[in-house]
Amino acid sequence: MNRVLDIADLHAGYGETEILHGLNIHVDPSEIVVVVGPNGAGKSTAMKAVLGLLNITSGTISLEGAEITDTPPTEVVTKGVSYVPQTHNVFVSLSVQENLEMGAWTRPTGMAERLDEMYALFPDLAEKRAQPAGSLSGGQRQMVAMAKALMVDPHILFLDEPTAGLSPKYRGQIFETVQRINGTGVPVLMVEQNAKQALGVAHRGYVLVDGQNRHTGTGAELIADPEVARMFLGARAETA
Amino acid sequence: MWEFVNFYLMPGVVLGCIYALGAIGISLTFGILRFSNFAHGDTMTFGVYVTLSLVLLSGLHPLLVAPIAMAVTAAMAIGIDKLFYKPFRNSPTIMLVIASFGLMLMIRSVVQFFWGVQLQPMVKGIQMPMQELRPFLLPMKHVLIIGGTVILMLAVHFLLTRTRIGKAMRAVSDSPELARVTGIDTEKVIRMTWIVGSCLAVAAGVFLAMDTHVETMMGFKLLLPMFAAAILGGIGKPYGAVAGGLVIGIAEELSAFPWIAALGVCDGNTFTISTLNLVSNCNAPLLNPGYKAGVAFAIMVAMLIWRPQGLFRGRQF
Repeated sequence: MNRVLDIADLHAGYGETEILHGLNIHVDPSEIVVVVGPNGAGKSTAMKAVLGLLNITSGTISLEGAEITDTPPTEVVTKGVSYVPQTHNVFVSLSVQENLEMGAWTRPTGMAERLDEMYALFPDLAEKRAQPAGSLSGGQRQMVAMAKALMVDPHILFLDEPTAGLSPKYRGQIFETVQRINGTGVPVLMVEQNAKQALGVAHRGYVLVDGQNRHTGTGAELIADPEVARMFLGARAETA
Repeated sequence: MWEFVNFYLMPGVVLGCIYALGAIGISLTFGILRFSNFAHGDTMTFGVYVTLSLVLLSGLHPLLVAPIAMAVTAAMAIGIDKLFYKPFRNSPTIMLVIASFGLMLMIRSVVQFFWGVQLQPMVKGIQMPMQELRPFLLPMKHVLIIGGTVILMLAVHFLLTRTRIGKAMRAVSDSPELARVTGIDTEKVIRMTWIVGSCLAVAAGVFLAMDTHVETMMGFKLLLPMFAAAILGGIGKPYGAVAGGLVIGIAEELSAFPWIAALGVCDGNTFTISTLNLVSNCNAPLLNPGYKAGVAFAIMVAMLIWRPQGLFRGRQF
């Protein structure tokens, strides 16, 4: 069985500055994979490298067995990678529905059915379909951004810190949604700051430090690992 | 009252329509390609001269042959984009602005080289206002200009809100980075922007030529009021550009109205603004018509100082 995504020994960065020093991440079919790590560890950078937004010096990226290293963004999307950036992830002056339509740019057929599916998956958005996305709350925008990314029926969904800046109530909702999306068969690669909650919904996780792998394991293993707990999960507060 | 409507307000509306059509292109280019296109006015001039040649060749009304001129001008704009702007796509904006400045001079020189620099009429003969509407005086050409503008604006509105490519234009204007990672074909969007911008510019230029005459500096002279209109409406906002164009056109014409006599604040024949030591005839225009262009400039400067985002919250400089 082919891996959906395989990042192997990747060295990449912005211009001359190398940020990733030999990174390895893979995603298997129908998995939720979570990447955690301190600020500046290269978590988001790894995603951007796959999208063709970075300068790759060595290593390979494969999508479903075919190499896609250094493919331009538009083509990566066409090949089935959908990406939700951390911020500015909706077109604020376009309506909710127009945002979804733009999400389907590379796959314009069967638009009506796709829209119905999305409104079924995100019922809150159905009644707001004519509103400008910029008028919605942070949590709702995140829903629009995810629905927009799902419009192309992606082979893998990238989420860059989907809960950043959201209240705890919305955070839970987002993680539930991620599980629901994954339940429809879409593999998810998610970068998160709220490490504990995110690893809680993950099949597997990676801990990155300084652009390299530090720990790898199932979500539960990483939560249980004392070093990981000490570094990222606020274990001291728990044991106290 | 009819004097005001016939000789100040309606010409203001007509001028406003012309500015508005030109300003939409400037606003769209700024929103989508992120630079101020100084060559917009001369692109317009080029289209007007193509129309003039077609009129002379065919003997048809300029509006009938204008669509061909629009197609030729749009093709030229796309060619220019490929040769001169695309290489600078990821460079600082100032390089694109300077490139457009160079193209402004190049296009104008090409026009002057092939068509000469003397004034020429687009439509021959004096056009009388329609008799049926008296005392409202409306020449047929103004009906065509205003009607044509309304049709073109409805078409632009339809394009931007109902078509896939139009929505993508708004999306790219919103966030080019997000558009890229969404998979939107930005180059296609850019091509469409040049097509829409140059077609509207040619329309504006042909309308102006119908109202006045054809000359090689006409587009350049429109550049300032078109930018003023785009800034007034909030640059990057095509609907704002329409409002801005109308406001500037009307303001320019009304500035020459003898307001002092009309408002009855004058008892003798002369009116003195003591602090400025200006003595003026009551029936004289408020502002010498020679300074009309200054009105657009004054509005633009005032907007940039006090409300740089424009009336409709466009992008800030």
